[in-house]
Amino acid sequence: MLAIVIRRLGNAALVMLVVAFVAFVIFQFLGDPVQLMLNEQASAAEREALRMRLGLDQPVIMQFFSFVLHALQGDFGVSYRNQQDVIMLIAERFPATFELVMVATVLALGIGIPLGVLAAINPRSLAARATRLISMVGVSVPAFVVGIVLILIFSVELNWLPAFGRGDVVHIGRWSTGLLTPSGRIALIMPAISLALFQISFITRLVTAEMLEVLRTDYIKFARARGLSDRAVNFHHALKNCLMPVVTMTGMMIGDLIAFALVTETVFQWPGMGLLFVQAVTFIDIPVMAAYLMIVSFIFVTLNTIVDLIYVLVDPRLRHGMAGGARAH
Amino acid sequence: MLTEKLTADKADAARSSRLKTFLDSDLVYDFLHSPVALISALVLVAIAMSAALAPLLSPQNPYDLTQLYLDKAELPPIWTADGEAPYLLGTDVQGRDIFSAILYGSRISLMIGFAGVIMAATIGVLVGLIAGYIGGWIDNFLMRVGDLVLSIPTLLVAILVSAIFRHLLPISLRDAFTPVILIISISVTSWVQYARLVRASAMVEARKEYVLAARVLRVSSARIMLSHILPNVMTPVLVTATLNLGLAILAEATLSFLGVGMPATQPSLGTLIRIGNQYFFSGSWWVVLFPALQLSLIILAVNLLGDWLRDALNPKLH
Amino acid sequence: MNRFLRFSVAAAALAAATVSASAENVMRWGSQRDILSLDPYSYGSSFTISVLNHVYEGLVRYDDKLQIAPALAESWEVVSPTLWRFHLRKGVTFHNGDSFSADDVIASLTRVSDPASPLRGNLPAYKGAKKIDDYTVEITTTPNYPLLLNDLTNIVMLDKKWLVANHAEAPTDAGKGVEGYATTHANGTGPFKVVSRRPDAETVFEANKAWWDKPRHNIDKIVFTPITSSATRVAALLSGEIDFTNEAPLQDIPRLKATPDIKILASNELRTAFFLFNRKDKLVASDVTDKNPLNDVKVRQAMYEALDLDALQKKVMRGLSRATGSMVAPAIPGYTEAMDQRPNYDPEGAKKLLAEAGYPDGFSFSLVCDNDSYVNEEEICQAATAMWARVGLKADLDVGPTSLQTAKFESGKFDVGILGWANEPMIDSYSILVQVAHSKTGTSGVFNWGSWSYPEVDGLIDAAGQELDRTKRLALQSEALLKVKSDFAFMPLHQQPMVWATGPKVESMVQLSDNKPRLWMARMK
Repeated sequence: MLAIVIRRLGNAALVMLVVAFVAFVIFQFLGDPVQLMLNEQASAAEREALRMRLGLDQPVIMQFFSFVLHALQGDFGVSYRNQQDVIMLIAERFPATFELVMVATVLALGIGIPLGVLAAINPRSLAARATRLISMVGVSVPAFVVGIVLILIFSVELNWLPAFGRGDVVHIGRWSTGLLTPSGRIALIMPAISLALFQISFITRLVTAEMLEVLRTDYIKFARARGLSDRAVNFHHALKNCLMPVVTMTGMMIGDLIAFALVTETVFQWPGMGLLFVQAVTFIDIPVMAAYLMIVSFIFVTLNTIVDLIYVLVDPRLRHGMAGGARAH
Repeated sequence: MLTEKLTADKADAARSSRLKTFLDSDLVYDFLHSPVALISALVLVAIAMSAALAPLLSPQNPYDLTQLYLDKAELPPIWTADGEAPYLLGTDVQGRDIFSAILYGSRISLMIGFAGVIMAATIGVLVGLIAGYIGGWIDNFLMRVGDLVLSIPTLLVAILVSAIFRHLLPISLRDAFTPVILIISISVTSWVQYARLVRASAMVEARKEYVLAARVLRVSSARIMLSHILPNVMTPVLVTATLNLGLAILAEATLSFLGVGMPATQPSLGTLIRIGNQYFFSGSWWVVLFPALQLSLIILAVNLLGDWLRDALNPKLH
Repeated sequence: MNRFLRFSVAAAALAAATVSASAENVMRWGSQRDILSLDPYSYGSSFTISVLNHVYEGLVRYDDKLQIAPALAESWEVVSPTLWRFHLRKGVTFHNGDSFSADDVIASLTRVSDPASPLRGNLPAYKGAKKIDDYTVEITTTPNYPLLLNDLTNIVMLDKKWLVANHAEAPTDAGKGVEGYATTHANGTGPFKVVSRRPDAETVFEANKAWWDKPRHNIDKIVFTPITSSATRVAALLSGEIDFTNEAPLQDIPRLKATPDIKILASNELRTAFFLFNRKDKLVASDVTDKNPLNDVKVRQAMYEALDLDALQKKVMRGLSRATGSMVAPAIPGYTEAMDQRPNYDPEGAKKLLAEAGYPDGFSFSLVCDNDSYVNEEEICQAATAMWARVGLKADLDVGPTSLQTAKFESGKFDVGILGWANEPMIDSYSILVQVAHSKTGTSGVFNWGSWSYPEVDGLIDAAGQELDRTKRLALQSEALLKVKSDFAFMPLHQQPMVWATGPKVESMVQLSDNKPRLWMARMK
């Protein structure tokens, strides 16, 4: 058991090391920091001095080592574009993205699970067919199209909801939240819906599929034979049995949502770290790109590792040897 | 030599498997009795045909700059008061005919989507076969690489690959190579799924008696993999590919929407939406609406078809 | 205190806060881009400086008629052709309470003329400065330099004590790999002070109650928000989330006009947009590799004749720009009507000229454009690409944000590029002549990106730079401008429109032709 945990953590560390290497390559070689940081008039001597200061005269392996060392301390350098400490820039934006993703996740689970159960209980009913079709539309229509349509209807035509931004935020220490003000909550509605739509549909379809499988098992047939009510069977026995994959998928989904939020953030000008990243990409602001890549990957890997470990804890079959194929992708 | 053989064998295998799948009467029956599948297939065929025949059907080649006239800019669709023939769905701010741009844009979107999926499937199948059949440290290594790729959110990888490649290419080559860059950035993240799928089957098949027999007869590993193991995994690969096609088209559209995909001079559907997004407040709704509809329709049809195919081929549901 | 009571007290406090908030006049300003820094000397961006003008002030400033007026200097005199004396205003304090004196002027001028300062080109004639007493400063310039006051409107004053205490005496230099204190903090003498700043999200200013001038405005707070997407910006204005935008998209004007309570302020600004050519021996990205076709005047003329400027004006600029053949707007001293002559749109003639020059099938080149500097810039470049394609020229369009493209321009990595020049803050054609048309020598030709060189023009410009008689000086400048024009050295497109829009809460707003928002002259209802 402990061996598995250690192996998983080792894996995660290895993955992060490789991600760090990718970020390092982007940072050190594609950006040519000397070219980007000095202006035209800089003399050869100044260039050499900067090269020394940045450690570019060291062997590559030493450069990488120092990059990782700095990254571990949260030091990703200074943004080329607005000359601010990158980690501070990202830290400032993190709460906005985090809040958006959390609300979207709650929406996805709160709407997706009941709909999924409904569609599975009576798969041939009209409601179930409609749910399936709508959930199909939900996974097919791109998030930015949803966003644009929502803005067109609710901001431009009806003027009910704000088209951009986070509204008023309240600062609690370093954290900022929009959940405590009315304008902040209202501003969250459309971005959260457009981000969650794919996940709502996805969870609906997942729950339906899992439920259909579970409902066919002898265990459920036996429960029905025992004369338990449909309600008890559907919700107590069947749903409970398919929650595990839902929980794991949700864990991994959050990582995906954080990355995917950058599209929603672009449409709604949501001041999260995704928007920061998209702007950094258009400006080729290498330090921000590298740092964002590492931070999002770190969150992603952490979540995946936790999910894996939970899986191992819950499912005894996986404790021996078969661990490699456990993740549902 | 080996690669030649590989491709030839693979083509053989793919052909026989496709034929077999088609002749599978259950599947054909199922298809003809599923209105959703039928309609989706029809829609998709119609879109693909119109995209393929775009040069014949469209009144304008939107990629040929000499055909864009500013004095025809921002005309509304033909059925409105200010509409003008032959601009069926109106024009954008550069005088680009939206109808033509949608046909050409669909062509680019479909082409990149298909190419991305084919490339990912090819890489994935090869990696999966090798990993599953040979096993050992090679298997371990390849699967670790797969884990790694999946450890970074795919969209992020695609954006970085696309943005950095574009940045590095000289300007004169940039536009011409953008589709290739997009195909690479899409497939670089999606081959793992196929690899895992094929690897699992290959591991099972490799232990079966007929494979052992073939080995005893000193049939080459490549031949065993391609002519015995591959046909057995083709069906799930096909289903996965269909389901992934929608995702690939979506990925291209997203990259283009974010401005790291197809350039404005060769717009894909995502690019058209990005451009139109700046104009819908001013009343030029047609610039954003029609490309958005077409894109959603394509992905929806592909997904419905893939969904049906998966269910139809899933023995558990029968 | 029981929980209920505590809650109601909190609610009452909250209610009180809301009431006082609604009584405040908050100007919510949505702009297309963020300011790049709070340090007025860290980027040569007129927009950044114009926003920071709310916080920082210069010795002199433009009044609401765009005339030079005293600001932190009350009066001045020209002592000799190379020496100016300024008498500073007494009783002025910085936002942190420090009082303003001659030391601050010296520190500021030293800082702005630092080799690392991107703004040093804005003070081309500056030689040095000397403190005479606490409220008198002398500035040395090159002989007979006529435009020092115009230049000084843009050079704002920082607090020496504050700079020293925070190790910010030199302008922020990205090459040092450190954050500059002044990048994220501000301490000026102006009508507003910075309360908070989150880059790309929000910068909040509040009225400076201790401002030395009698405020015309009644604004308590400015919330400055960059909203990159023009569609979102318009939506925000329509839904009342912002009160003012200084960049209303041209295509949305009819819709905004049709909305009650929304006011549009539109006119032509001083800025002329033009294409420029790389004039080195070889092009950067062309299929002609042995020479530079752009060095042939026939080719340059052909490229200009191939541009349908009227279509550009009518469609891309929605009829709001002023199509022109002149490098400077009519309001800029030095302009003459002859400059506005331009060749007719003539694609056939252009083809013929290209054939004569030896390029009957055209050639390819890179066209470098920004997407966030000038009005509808990307659309202009796309339209130009299409127009050139019709005469056989293949422009490879390279569009990107200004910060990236400027690096390409400065290092000469472009074939054809776009530039807009407003002659600000000088408001005199000497600005474009000395900074753009002149060869790169000393502080001249800072924007001579394509290495063009017209010795005769240089001579005229140099002569104008030492001519104190205004009429004679302007005659020299006009001659230089016409010489440049006759050689098709640049391709002037139009004087671009400026369009601001205000929401229902704004009572009045002063819009001058330099397109700089001056909210200290605005009033709210």
